[in-house]
Amino acid sequence: MRKTMRVIGTTLAATMVLSMTAMAADTFKIGGIGPVTGPAAAYGSAVKNAMEIAAEEINEAGGINGYQVELNFQDDEHDAEKAITAYNTLKDWGMQILEGTVTSTPCVAVAAETVNDGMFQLTPSGSSPSCITNENAFAVCFSDPAQGTLSAVYIGTHGLAEKVAVIYNSSDVYSTGIYETFMAEAENQPFEVVSAEAFTDDSSTDFNVQLTKAKDAGADLVFLPIYYQAASQILTQANAMEYAPVFFGVDGMDGILGVEGFDTALAEGVLLLTPFVATAEDEATASFVGKYEEKFGETPNQFAADAYDGLYIIKMAAELADVNPDMDAAEIGSALIEAMPQITFDGLTGEGTTWDASGAPTKDPKAMVIKDGIYVEAE
Amino acid sequence: MFKNKTARQNAITYGIILAAMAVMLPMQMGGHLSSSLSGLLVPFCYYAILAVSLNLTVGILGELSLGHAGFMCVGAFTSAFFTKFTADIIANSYVRFFLGLLIGIAFSALIGFLIGIPVLRLKGDYLAIVTLAFGEIIKNLVNVLYIGKDSRGVHFSMKDSISLHLEPEGTVIVAGPQGITGIDRTSSFLIGGILLLAAVFIVLRLIQSRDGRAIMSIRDNRIAAESIGINVTKYKLLAFTVSAALAGMGGVLYAHNLATLTATSKNFGFNMSVMILVYVVLGGIGNIRGSVIAPVVLNLLLDYVLRKLQMLGSNPVLQFMSDNRMLIYAIVLIVIMIMTWSPKMIARREALFNRGRKEE
Amino acid sequence: MSFLNYLIGGISLGSVYAIIALGYTMVYGIAKMLNFAHGDVIMIGAFTVFIATTQAGIHPLAAILLAMVICTVMGILIERIAYRPLRGAASPLAVLITAIGVSYLLQNLALLWFGSNAKSFKSVVTIPPLRLAGGALIISGETIVTIIACIVIMIGLTTFINKTKPGQAMLAVSEDQGAARLMGINVNGIIALTFAIGSALAAIAGVLLCSSYPSLDPYTGSMPGIKAFVAAVFGGIGSIPGAMIGGILLGVIEIFGRAYISAQMADAIVFAVLIVVLLVRPTGLLGKKIQEKV
Repeated sequence: MRKTMRVIGTTLAATMVLSMTAMAADTFKIGGIGPVTGPAAAYGSAVKNAMEIAAEEINEAGGINGYQVELNFQDDEHDAEKAITAYNTLKDWGMQILEGTVTSTPCVAVAAETVNDGMFQLTPSGSSPSCITNENAFAVCFSDPAQGTLSAVYIGTHGLAEKVAVIYNSSDVYSTGIYETFMAEAENQPFEVVSAEAFTDDSSTDFNVQLTKAKDAGADLVFLPIYYQAASQILTQANAMEYAPVFFGVDGMDGILGVEGFDTALAEGVLLLTPFVATAEDEATASFVGKYEEKFGETPNQFAADAYDGLYIIKMAAELADVNPDMDAAEIGSALIEAMPQITFDGLTGEGTTWDASGAPTKDPKAMVIKDGIYVEAE
Repeated sequence: MFKNKTARQNAITYGIILAAMAVMLPMQMGGHLSSSLSGLLVPFCYYAILAVSLNLTVGILGELSLGHAGFMCVGAFTSAFFTKFTADIIANSYVRFFLGLLIGIAFSALIGFLIGIPVLRLKGDYLAIVTLAFGEIIKNLVNVLYIGKDSRGVHFSMKDSISLHLEPEGTVIVAGPQGITGIDRTSSFLIGGILLLAAVFIVLRLIQSRDGRAIMSIRDNRIAAESIGINVTKYKLLAFTVSAALAGMGGVLYAHNLATLTATSKNFGFNMSVMILVYVVLGGIGNIRGSVIAPVVLNLLLDYVLRKLQMLGSNPVLQFMSDNRMLIYAIVLIVIMIMTWSPKMIARREALFNRGRKEE
Repeated sequence: MSFLNYLIGGISLGSVYAIIALGYTMVYGIAKMLNFAHGDVIMIGAFTVFIATTQAGIHPLAAILLAMVICTVMGILIERIAYRPLRGAASPLAVLITAIGVSYLLQNLALLWFGSNAKSFKSVVTIPPLRLAGGALIISGETIVTIIACIVIMIGLTTFINKTKPGQAMLAVSEDQGAARLMGINVNGIIALTFAIGSALAAIAGVLLCSSYPSLDPYTGSMPGIKAFVAAVFGGIGSIPGAMIGGILLGVIEIFGRAYISAQMADAIVFAVLIVVLLVRPTGLLGKKIQEKV
């Protein structure tokens, strides 16, 4: 024990010295925070990978305002305390701009720190409204309430169903947020919510009960405001019990076709509201998906697309504000906060996206339907 | 200088904490501490408090608890609810924190007492699994709890925040899985250090008192203790309740260190309970000083050293270690356990030590 | 009708818990340690089958055999490297903490090797589902296979322990390690054998778990592992029929709790029932009474 402590002590001293010296002003230091270990690791890894691709591209094309970009991504294990630790580590590294965090709860905790430091914070996928209450925080993705309302309106105005069932993850901020606004808006819509059943992260394998209740209540549409892993389970189990309603998802559903080993035939006819489509044929998406698949051997999901766009959004705002790496984080922060409402961004996750001072993006999600294993725009 | 060996040992334990505070506090105030180290100081305190409190159950009472994080959860949520609820009634955040601290400790002690009554009738692994069960129940209940307030009063729901039927200007204080947000961040290293000293003081006083000796006699031989007239149930409950109360204190410190509080399996579930147990066993079962040091060492390794390794230069080995901190952590954990606990290793170390002595 | 549907759902979830609990309870009964890494061995077993069938194109049955071999070897290695040095340590907690370390290690190795994205496991069961009451009740092929596998394993293990020499030696070791050693039994060998069998069962459990519930990632084994541990305690840890009964009961309670009380509180309900059972029967449903020695 004593020996181990001596080793740790020496390393500690070494790192302390080093953290003082690492301060060179010829690159932008952009930090990222998200879970790359633990059960939420899939989301953080996607963001980390996509940021690497975007940074490589930006650097090859000459960087931001002529300065190269340097990335550092820290793990937060989807935990608020670890996210703060990650943030402090990045601050010691000399981070000037933060793209993070990936998940909502850590994001709220980190936002309380960034506002004190005046650090510009852009979360690719933290969708809870409390992520961006501070003036220095912006989001690439929709906020949860917006998705819930939009989904209810879409189902109602298109007359997709008369009886709707909802299955949501009550231990997840994202899912509960959408569920609640969906239910609020559903009251104004011509359909009836016949069953609303929850599950938790600790019991996310078996959906027999939730599906049976939806089936018995005669629901012809099941709304799934959840992530694609659980959704793939639900589709498989619904198929096993021979229940075939219309399934309607939100942006978390995106990625379902990329689940390795998943029988995509089961997802036939699934509707989802999403701004990003991995199978879209435009050049930007195709190039990003190709690079991602080549480098990481997987199809990128919504998180990856948000993160990729996020770095380009930072680039756009930084170029408009004409910042340079000699400025400190707070100076860059205040310049970017001013620049954000002025930009109009075209990216993978939507065209003509704009931001107001609240930090939420304004963009239109497209309703997609899965046909023959690919997304097709739904009428 | 000291009356006896125990007093000297106690003084060393307090001395370590005081020395750490004496060094770190001025450095932190003066801004001479790196952000990451500075940010880890409060976590060090609450992890140490939790380890010390669990050591009372595991080391002194001799019962394995796998639900310790549940008591931490009770302390964290009751106190954070209180400080948020009274934010516009009591102006001074330190007064609020102090009252919240008392409430958090009281509630976790109460829950510990209530749970202790049935649990302590069981033995060994069965007791461990029931504590695990209670810990999970607490976490689960907190996750379905919705509390809001408006002009008509306080509203509860176990379903969702819509069922609270709040008036438009009402606020949701506890929002199920989203927990509590916008908590005062009152915890500081000074408060943490004081609370840690208090926890160590309470536990050491208890151990070295008549009650403590009674508790340890139950651990060593329950039947013998019973036969000399020791009230086994009473002393078991005493130790368990104090342990829960101190865990609640750690929870209060935890809750007021972050702006947001949610109950996940990572922070208040089985994983956290196990994490605290790791600190206790690594620091030494029944060794209070070890329980103060072990969390500091392990957290420094996991969240400081390994995170910083990649910044030492573009060495692929360092990069790998940094990218896979949990993997390295797991290996270190296994190796330390075998090195410090294996009878063979202990014998070998002693042989080496004795030979070294002879040569001198 | 929905009651019967829930009952069937509960039994199929419970049968998965049962098959995991069998491995848990066996290792506990003989080595007297809570092997928290058991759930992660299950995950490795499932990944082996997934990779073997999807990437190497091996026949599912051969893949299961391969997974059993790999898990067996891994179980023996874990026991030899991480657990055996701690036999006879001053506190039984030492090996518990090491088991937690092994669990973290396996999860993070899987994260490194297989990535964090969940895979959809293709069921290895080809038996068609059983239809009752004109198609209103459907019992999936996976459930049928899991229950049959459970019964076969239960009978197999009981026969092995009661009728064979190594089995008898296991019983002896579980009764009293010291006495067993004096009787000339190779205690280390017997415990290694226990881990080998337990890990081979974990491979089967992993395949059946993922056939019924197809999402597979590095953390797949941990929650079912804990639930199966609860099931094993429920039935009386160390008792092989107890593990099976405990597993199935746990599954049924979980599903009924979710269906009739609250889906959000299903876990709390399961744990509350466990507490009540243990308070009434402190050593589980079929557990042996512990005789206290003075």
